[in-house]
Amino acid sequence: MNESRFPVKPFRVHGGAKVGHHKHTSQNETVVFPIPGEIIIPMSQHIGKPCAPCVAVGDHVFAGQKIADVTAFVASPIHSSVSGTVKKIASVKMPNGSKCDAVFIESDGLRELSPDIRLPEIKSREDLLEAIKNSGAVGLGGAGFPTHVKINVTPDKADTLIINAAECEPYITSDHREILENSWNIMSGVYTLLEIMGFKRVIIGVEENKPDAIAQLTDIAESKTYDPDDRVKVLKLKTKYPQGAEKMLIYACTKRIVPAGKLPLDAGCVVMNITTLSFIANYLKTGIPLISKRITVDGTAVSKPCNLLVPIGTPIKDVLEFCGAENPKKILMGGPMMGTAISDTSLPVLKQNNAILAFGEDEASLPEETDCIHCGRCVESCPMKLQPVNIIKAAKRKDFEALEKLQVANCIECGCCTYNCPANRYITQQMRIAKAILRDSKQK
Amino acid sequence: MNKLIVSSSPHIRGIKTTRSIMGDVLIALIPCVMAGMVYFGFRALLIVAVTTATAVLTEYLSRIIMKRTQTAFDLSAAVTGVILGLILPPGCGILFAVFGAVAAIAVVKQMFGGIGQNFANPACTARIILLISFSGMSVWTNTSFMTDAVTSATPLAAGSGAYHYFDLFIGNTGGCIGETSVVAILIGFIYLLVRKVISPIIPLAFIGGAAVMSLFCGQDMLFELMSGGLLFGAVFMATDYSTSPISKAGKVVFGIGCGVITMLIRVFGTLPEGVSFAILIMNIIAPQLDSLFVPKPFGTERRLAK
Repeated sequence: MNESRFPVKPFRVHGGAKVGHHKHTSQNETVVFPIPGEIIIPMSQHIGKPCAPCVAVGDHVFAGQKIADVTAFVASPIHSSVSGTVKKIASVKMPNGSKCDAVFIESDGLRELSPDIRLPEIKSREDLLEAIKNSGAVGLGGAGFPTHVKINVTPDKADTLIINAAECEPYITSDHREILENSWNIMSGVYTLLEIMGFKRVIIGVEENKPDAIAQLTDIAESKTYDPDDRVKVLKLKTKYPQGAEKMLIYACTKRIVPAGKLPLDAGCVVMNITTLSFIANYLKTGIPLISKRITVDGTAVSKPCNLLVPIGTPIKDVLEFCGAENPKKILMGGPMMGTAISDTSLPVLKQNNAILAFGEDEASLPEETDCIHCGRCVESCPMKLQPVNIIKAAKRKDFEALEKLQVANCIECGCCTYNCPANRYITQQMRIAKAILRDSKQK
Repeated sequence: MNKLIVSSSPHIRGIKTTRSIMGDVLIALIPCVMAGMVYFGFRALLIVAVTTATAVLTEYLSRIIMKRTQTAFDLSAAVTGVILGLILPPGCGILFAVFGAVAAIAVVKQMFGGIGQNFANPACTARIILLISFSGMSVWTNTSFMTDAVTSATPLAAGSGAYHYFDLFIGNTGGCIGETSVVAILIGFIYLLVRKVISPIIPLAFIGGAAVMSLFCGQDMLFELMSGGLLFGAVFMATDYSTSPISKAGKVVFGIGCGVITMLIRVFGTLPEGVSFAILIMNIIAPQLDSLFVPKPFGTERRLAK
């Protein structure tokens, strides 16, 4: 209503990297993955306290039945994605190296939905938060932060809801497909949150390399019928990695700066991934909890790149086999800039997974480091305006005072410094080490 | 099951490498080499070839002697060699050029640890070593086909008014092999900017600092900017990665400092080496400039936007 409610164009984010797009799969309809023979459901698929299984070996479970929960506030329940029998509960090693329990379920091949599935009844804020919690929703963009915790804010604390559809990582198109295939879900989610949670405005940030998605969302958001008070805006973002990083996105959409070490809430914003939002809207309509996930399967070692709708818990090796992966040398969970390389393909697809990428020999081989030429590209490309070159020097001489002063803790590990380094130095990795040794020194 | 490679993210790299950057600098130097050949004949080309070959060979041998990884083929030594060749007088002796290249690579660069570690610009420092050690730097033979082959004064020695601006612009004057042609240097400068090899801050601050200072000292500004090694130094030597600051503010101060000191030496000094000494002095201050101007990380700005 006042004209300064939305920015006309996004604000410029410092640094970044011009990464190749490789969005080969953006124009292909999502393929539904066949029901897997066995699924593995780890108890830790969110940030926060891991769940404890509430089923026992030998139990019969339905698809959508809750199989694990925990009473902690920052946590999210987990549901079975197939119908079948609980075969065992055993420890698995997660991609990040930590260990947690997992429920192994042998599928009966029917994927029978649980008879307990009910449509959630929403009358108040509390109802909505409870429903989101029961749905098992976590940040589906990759972080996996429980959504009901994130969204639980009052309008005086956060006036702006930012929907993250930047999808700045190369290869990944799962959010793009979500927009094209489920734009009405997304919009009903937007209006539900506006109405019930009381946000003043919603900004949907999409990188401009997805013109079809922008057009489709804008059609609905700009229409006087659906958005008479002009509370929703689709903002076309510059295509530049890491545009979708939370702090960068908030700045691009609102020019607000999240203070160092603080949360988006401190800038009056809540940021939510677009697939998460779409899922919530779908849950409110169907009552089916988070049991399937769209993932992009691509990479040079994949012969049939596509977007797949897979039951959560499907082993990665089944997915790769389905997409015709030939002799992969490196397999990533997530995108090539921030994804995790895995050593074991028996690991399952997790809630917050959005891509499985498999690469051949050429891409997998590690480039040889040469001497730093002091060119400053790491500094220029750092979206957090840090000084990687000096941070690494300080870390090498264990100068904790300098590390503190250089604010290494603010590094978001986006990988731009390493990507842009002409000497092929493993800068991001050394930044992680610098962060870790500073943390350790404080604990002592 | 075949073995999978596991490494820390990111898993992809940009296409720029040290070698490709140095290759770009070499390409940017081509117009200067050609101008040198046009105005000073094949002898100029020979000198550049000698310094380049010597520089690469010295780098190669130094790395072997120091038992370090071989860096002779990353083209950085070749860049130093070509730049050194271009800032030597066309009439200098071959051994003189060889000595300069050995000093640049072995003493100024490798003894401090090689690429990225040296605090002083190798070519620039080598020129100063040559100037102080020998008399060869002041032999200015003008062998251009456009003028008669006579020993002629450089514009700076002759003073303002001895040359037309146009001659200065195209480089038809006495001087060092690659320094005389303003247009050749500008072509190289534009190429470096387009390829994003250098930021324009240092050259512009250098030129700006020199321009203001020359006006202040009552000199002919255009003449000062287009003569001597000022432009070549601003574009190709002051922008050397290892010896210039990284931060934007540091670069501005560095460039202005170079320009001002150049003019001070030209107006009040006795040696004809304003640019070289100015760059060397600022090289020494560069690390201090970087620690003086540390940019505020995102989120720690004093005034947060509302």
